[in-house]
This record gives sequence, structure tokens and C-alpha cells, in this order.
Amino acid sequence: MKKLLQRVYLFMILLFLYAPIIVLIVYSFNESKSRAVWQGFSLTWYQQLFSDSKILNALETTLLIALVASIIATFLGTFAALGIIKMKKKTFETVRTITYIPVLNPDIVTGVSLMMLFAFIGIELGFVSMLLAHITFCTPYVIISVLPKLYQTDISVYEAAQDLGATPFYALRKTIIPQLMPGIVTGFLLSFTLSVDDFVISYFTTGGHVENLSMIVFSMARKGVNPKINAVSTLLFITVMALLLIVNKRELSSKKRVSKNKETLLNIEK
Amino acid sequence: MSKRRFSFPYLIWMSIFIVVPLLLIIFYAFTDNSTGKIVFTLEHIKAIFEPLYLKVIGRSLFMSLIATVVCFILGYPAAMILANKDFAKKSTMLILIVLPMWMNFLLRTYSWLSLLENEGLINRFLVSIGIGQVQLMYNNFAVVLGMVYNFLPFMILPIYSVLVKIDKNVIEAAKDLGANNAKVFGRVIFPLSMPGVISGITMTFMPALSTFVISRLLSGGKITLIGNIIEQQFTITGDWGLGSALSLLLMVLIFVSMIFINKYGDESVGAGGLL
Amino acid sequence: MGKKIIELKNIFKKYGDFTAIDGISLYINEGEFLTLLGPSGCGKTTTLRIIGGFEQPDSGDILFDGIRINDVPAHKRMLNTVFQKYALFTHLTVGQNIAFGPTIKKINPEQIQKEVKNYLKIVNLEGYEDRDISTLSGGQQQRVAIARALINKPKVLLLDEPLGALDLKLRKDMQDELKTMHTDVGITFIYVTHDQEEALTLSDTIVVMNNGRIQQIGTPVDIYNEPNNAFVAYFIGESNIIHSTMVKDKLVRIDGVEFECVDTGFGQESPVDVVVRPEDVVLVPSDKAKLKGKVTLVTFKGVHYEIWIEGPSFEWKVHSTIPQMIGEELGVTVDPFNIHVMHQAPIDIKTAETAVNI
Repeated sequence: MKKLLQRVYLFMILLFLYAPIIVLIVYSFNESKSRAVWQGFSLTWYQQLFSDSKILNALETTLLIALVASIIATFLGTFAALGIIKMKKKTFETVRTITYIPVLNPDIVTGVSLMMLFAFIGIELGFVSMLLAHITFCTPYVIISVLPKLYQTDISVYEAAQDLGATPFYALRKTIIPQLMPGIVTGFLLSFTLSVDDFVISYFTTGGHVENLSMIVFSMARKGVNPKINAVSTLLFITVMALLLIVNKRELSSKKRVSKNKETLLNIEK
Repeated sequence: MSKRRFSFPYLIWMSIFIVVPLLLIIFYAFTDNSTGKIVFTLEHIKAIFEPLYLKVIGRSLFMSLIATVVCFILGYPAAMILANKDFAKKSTMLILIVLPMWMNFLLRTYSWLSLLENEGLINRFLVSIGIGQVQLMYNNFAVVLGMVYNFLPFMILPIYSVLVKIDKNVIEAAKDLGANNAKVFGRVIFPLSMPGVISGITMTFMPALSTFVISRLLSGGKITLIGNIIEQQFTITGDWGLGSALSLLLMVLIFVSMIFINKYGDESVGAGGLL
Repeated sequence: MGKKIIELKNIFKKYGDFTAIDGISLYINEGEFLTLLGPSGCGKTTTLRIIGGFEQPDSGDILFDGIRINDVPAHKRMLNTVFQKYALFTHLTVGQNIAFGPTIKKINPEQIQKEVKNYLKIVNLEGYEDRDISTLSGGQQQRVAIARALINKPKVLLLDEPLGALDLKLRKDMQDELKTMHTDVGITFIYVTHDQEEALTLSDTIVVMNNGRIQQIGTPVDIYNEPNNAFVAYFIGESNIIHSTMVKDKLVRIDGVEFECVDTGFGQESPVDVVVRPEDVVLVPSDKAKLKGKVTLVTFKGVHYEIWIEGPSFEWKVHSTIPQMIGEELGVTVDPFNIHVMHQAPIDIKTAETAVNI
């Protein structure tokens, strides 16, 4: 009885979380424009989506910015982490506080403050300003991902490499960076995701001259009914779901391998 | 080999793109440039306390609070049920809960339109069973619903991740010492889950307080929150002074609530707590 | 004394395909210090958890003071458990941890405070009431766990390998403390461990288990001197276990040589296993004994020298305070009282050895 109640509850929560998305997906295939009345299966909206240059441009912008910003943020952040770890306590704490500001601050404050900055410096709002903004809010996340790994790294490997004749830089590349890789990769993926998903900060830092996907959706949604949005949502949803499943399958299968090995090696006391 | 200089590029970047903007906010909040000269003023700050804006601030606080409470009431049981499941089902359920979080924030909010409209699905259902149309959009209900919908996973996950780490032996020990299920929850499980609860509350209340998208999309602009006012100042009105003052207020409100929340628990919103 | 406080009748427990407990029956006397001893996976912890109420047996009865308690939930049983990893409440202080049980029973707070102080004294942690759990060492945490259990005045205390995580010196000290506590407090202790020395030191009664079954129940002296089978012999203390032949009553042929012994009733010319403790083997000049061997290895162990001697068909392990030279030819003798004869085990001696070494 208790188990049944629990299952029902979880189901209700999931229903709440997914109902709107499912409706969105279903109506992307709707013949008519209506967001609520079903009039037959059709792929017209998808066709229209792929011939809508505005949307395609926005998609291109989104991906381009995300890629470039993430790469730069990853480099900036990783080297930052390498430097930070050597800082004295006071400097470290100051830097840490400042690094946390874009993370803890509401998007809107980060957005408007950067907008004011660009005006102050004299940078025109557009692609470049958007890129700079994205790098700014992505880098802290890279640092947050890499720093813990850095604390865990085995410094003796670095020293061993030098003992065997490697230059410090070579040793860094060959011994420290590989150990940091999981953190670096996490940081990169986090940056990429945050950048693709960003709306508020982009909204304030492009001046309307450049649009990313979220901004297009915003302006479309405000103007009225547009099932092309539904089509975009469906495609995005499928992509995200596929990615998550792949990542999780890899984790699950590696976990299974580890636990199977454990079972055969040890006599588990139950 | 001083690796400290590796961080210099970032330090420069940080100063330009994080520190300066912050200083600009403070600058614009406290100065008046309208006459061409830079004059220190408290006008913008005073403007915040006008009834019009106080109403907006109050409304934002109130709605964020409600949304956070609802998220907590719905989310805690979900986290508990999830934490008790066995391994295989756990991962599937986790993915299902996490998945919406990865969907675009705007699309998630927009998705409610089809359901909430007067001609939308929910209303058509209500009409068909005889209750008749209910105003579900362009009001407080829609905005709070939007907040809860968007932030519920952010409440569930931190609580779940703390609950799942509680040593089963500790629960057995409590039972061994005479506690029944209710007492085990009240005296052991809930106190131990506090760091997660605090993370969850923080990750729900703060974004809810500062949002402007949810109120814009789901209330058509009828409901104004702090975020909407700030947005207006910077896009339409051009009153950077007021906009900055309100941004400053937002930061202060969030800072204060963080201190307040953290008084009731551990330092969970730190380097470890966020990831 | 003599009253059966706990009785287990025909307990069976399976986890999927794995049989954890394969038919166990035993009783525990009031006031006893009883130890369940065995290697990992033998079922000792499962047995303890069944007594504690954290697991249900598939079949069989658990009796407490003569009453069947199978259906009594854990939190209502009149016993308390000390867990292997302590399971302390990290969000409470030392004092609050100890007070947990009495607080639930709604005992007067002043009274609770007195009792907490009292039990802190018993476990040698006076003054620690307000300390944070995270500031305590492993040994201190263990003592808090014990106090937390004892303050509830249970009739039976269950201890699940409580000293496993402590270093050697600390473990020995804690063993002494536990023994003292048992005598002072006077309740029944049911102890689980895989460390045979610990079992021998602490227990009034030892129950040796393997593969979900009881191998032998007895006092430490009994089990050490007269193991029932090769497994028990291997598990308790180091031994020489030799496949031998019982020639007739009081005469056994070991390693090709006939020895006088004190056991009877094994028949004539029948295969047996013989147990001789390393400390009971006496080395003499080779012309003074019938069994001769060559020294192959000598290791200094502090307390004694461990000497390996290769006989005609068996390599003997000898503990002696006198070192020998490698390659030396010596004679091996054993006093008849120190030769212990057992029925030859159906289990391979090698299997027993591996079971012990996990």
C-alpha cells in the first residue's frame, strides 16, 4: 500500500513536469495553427522551421557563440585554477568571492551591468559583446569544476616527471592536465550548456542586432501563436534526451562493471 | 616555476568584466548624470520606496516565497521516495527528473500557454466536465505556477543528493534505540537533510525573485515583478539610475536571504554545495 | 545463570540464490559473553541482525526470554546494537547521541542528564557531553556508540565487529575495556568478529560459523584445544593439521611415524586428521626422536621463532624460543596430551585454509 502511494505520487510529479512538454511536442505535429485544437498530423511546421532563415541564423549564432565561448572559458578558467591554487589565503578568498559573483548574482543583474560596461567602454552591442558576456559567465563554472580536481591531483607525479628529465611545462602537460581532464571536460560541457540555454544575459548584451535561439523564441512567443516554436522545442527535447541517455548509459555500464568485479573478488558479508 | 602567473589573464578579465560592471551599478545607482555633470544623489534609492515600486517588490517577495514553499512541499516527498528506490530504478527516475531542467528555460515556460489559455487544454477539459472556464493565465496563479514548474527539479535534486548519502546504519541505530518511523524522520532524517533543503530553497527562491521572463510570458505583462521593472528601465525608459538602484536592491535582498537561510543550516552554498 | 535469554530455532535465510544462514539453532544464557566467530560471508552478521530485528528469517523462530519475537519490530525489542561503523548521529552532540534512547522514552530530562554523565564515566569519556562527533577519534566514537546503547539498560547488547576499524594497540585496549564493562554491567553480550584472537580473549562461549552453519560451540579453551573439524582447527590459532592414520586406540601414525596419544574410539587403521599446535612441537637432536626433519625456514616473530621443519611427508610449523639453523637436521616430538585427533573432514584442508585467509 505504501509503495503504491509512493509510486502514484512520483507519477503525479512526473506528469506535472512533462505534461506541458508533451503537449508542446504533440501539437508540433498539428495540421492547424491552433495551440489546443487538434486537426490532423502534419510536418508543415517542421518544414517551415527549416526554411525560416531567421530561426536558422539564430541557431547558428547560438551554437557558434556557445562553442567559442566555452573553448575560451575553458582555457581561461583552467589556467586561472592553476594560478589560484598557488595563491595566498587572502588573495585566494578575494578571487573566490569575485568568481562567485556571476554565479550567485541574478541573470538580470549580470546582464544589465555588462550592458552598462559595454556602453562605458564604448563597445557596440552585437556579436562580440555577446561573446564577451558569455565568456564572463562561463569561466567561473570552469574554475569551479577544475579547482576541486586540482586539489585532488597527485603532485608527486609532476615531481617524478621532472626527476626523470621533463621540463616543468612538459611535466604539466603530461602529468597534471590529464588528471584534471574530467574537471576540464565537465567545465566545458557546463559552459556549453549554459551558453546555449542563456536568454537574459544575451538579451541585454546584443542590443537586438544579433539573436540567439532563446531570444528568437521570446520574441515569437510574445507576438502570438507559432507552432514553429513547438517544432523547435520537440527537436531540442529529443536532442537533450538522447544526450542524457547516452551519458547515463556510459555511467551505468561502467558502474555495473565495477560492481560485478567487486562481487567476484570479495566474499560479500550480507 | 611560479604557476601563479597562469591566473593573470583571468584576473584581468575578472576585473574588467565582473568588478567594473558591479561598480557601475553602484555608480549609476547613486549618481545623477541628467545635467551633464556627475552629481551624487539618493533620488534613485528614494524612488524605490515609492508605493508603486514597493508594491512590486512586495509582490515579488510574496510570490517567490509561495513558489518556494510549494516547491518544498511537493519536492521533499519526491526526493524521499526517490532516495529509497533501488539502484536501477533510481537512475531512470533521476534522468526523468533532470531532463526538464536541461530543456530551454523559455520553452519550458512557453509550454504552459497551450494548457493555460482560455481556449487551452485545461479549460476545455473543465468545460467538458461542466465546471466552466477558469481564468488560468494573465494572473498571479500563472506566474507562481510558472515559477514552481521551472524550479521544482532544483528543489528535488539537492535534497535527494543529501538524503541518499545518509548511512542506513544511522537509521537502524535510531530504530534500535526505540524510535518509530515518525520519530526517525523528525529527529534524524530531516535534520540531516538540512544542507540539501537549504540548497534547494536557495536555488528556488533566488531565481524566482529576479525573474522577468516568467511574468512576461505567462501574464502578458499584467503582473510586474522586480525583474520586469529593471528590464523596462534598461530597454525602454533608459533610466539607468532607477534600474541600477533596483538591481542593487535585488542583490541586497538576495544577499540578506542567503545569510538568513544559512543561519538555519550549514555552509551548503559554497564551492561544494553548488556542484 | 542458566536461564536462556535468547534462543534461535532452525533459522534459515536466503538472499536470492545465496544462502546466508543454513539452519542455525542455538541458545544464549543470561549474562553470557557469546561470540559469533567466522570468516566474511559465514552468516554471523546476518544472525546478529536477525536477533536485532533488522532482518527477517525466511523460517525459524527467535525467542527472547521464552517469548517468540519474530514479529516484534526492531524499535520495540529489548536489546540494543553497537554498529560496526558506529552510526552516530552527526547532527547531535555526544551527550545528545547518548540521550537519544531515553529522550524517546520521555524520561525526565534531569534524570537523563545524570544518566548521560554516568555512562560517559563508564566508557571513560567524562566531560565530553557537548563535543561534536566530528572532533572525536575512532576509538572515542566507538565508546560513544557503546554508551548510547548501554544507557537504555537493555537485557542484551549486540556488537557487530565494533573494533574492526581501530588500530591494533587501540583494539587491544578496547578489548580489555569491553571485558571489564561486561563484568561491571552484568548483561548479556552477543559479539560478532572474524578475529579469532579477539574471540578467545573476550568470550565465555564461542560459536564458530562457516557457510551459514554452526561448526562448533564451546568455551575458548575447548575450541582451541579440541576443534571439531579442520575448519575450526584452522580458524582458531595456527595449527599443524596432518592427514594421519589411527592405528588403534591411543596410537596414531603421523607422517609415517607412530605416536602415543590420548584419544580413543576412532577404530583401527582408520583415516583421521591430527591437530598439533606449533607451540606444542618439541625439537630434539635428531637421534633422540623417531620423526626426523630438516629446518627450511626460521623467522623471528618477537614472541617466538617460527621454524619450519620438513618431515618425510609433511612440513611442520614450530614455535620455539630457541632459534635453529637452516638445514639443520632435528627430531620432532610431541607430548601425547598435545596430539588432538579428529575425524577426517570431508572438506579439503586447503579449502579450510583459503576460507580462513579471506
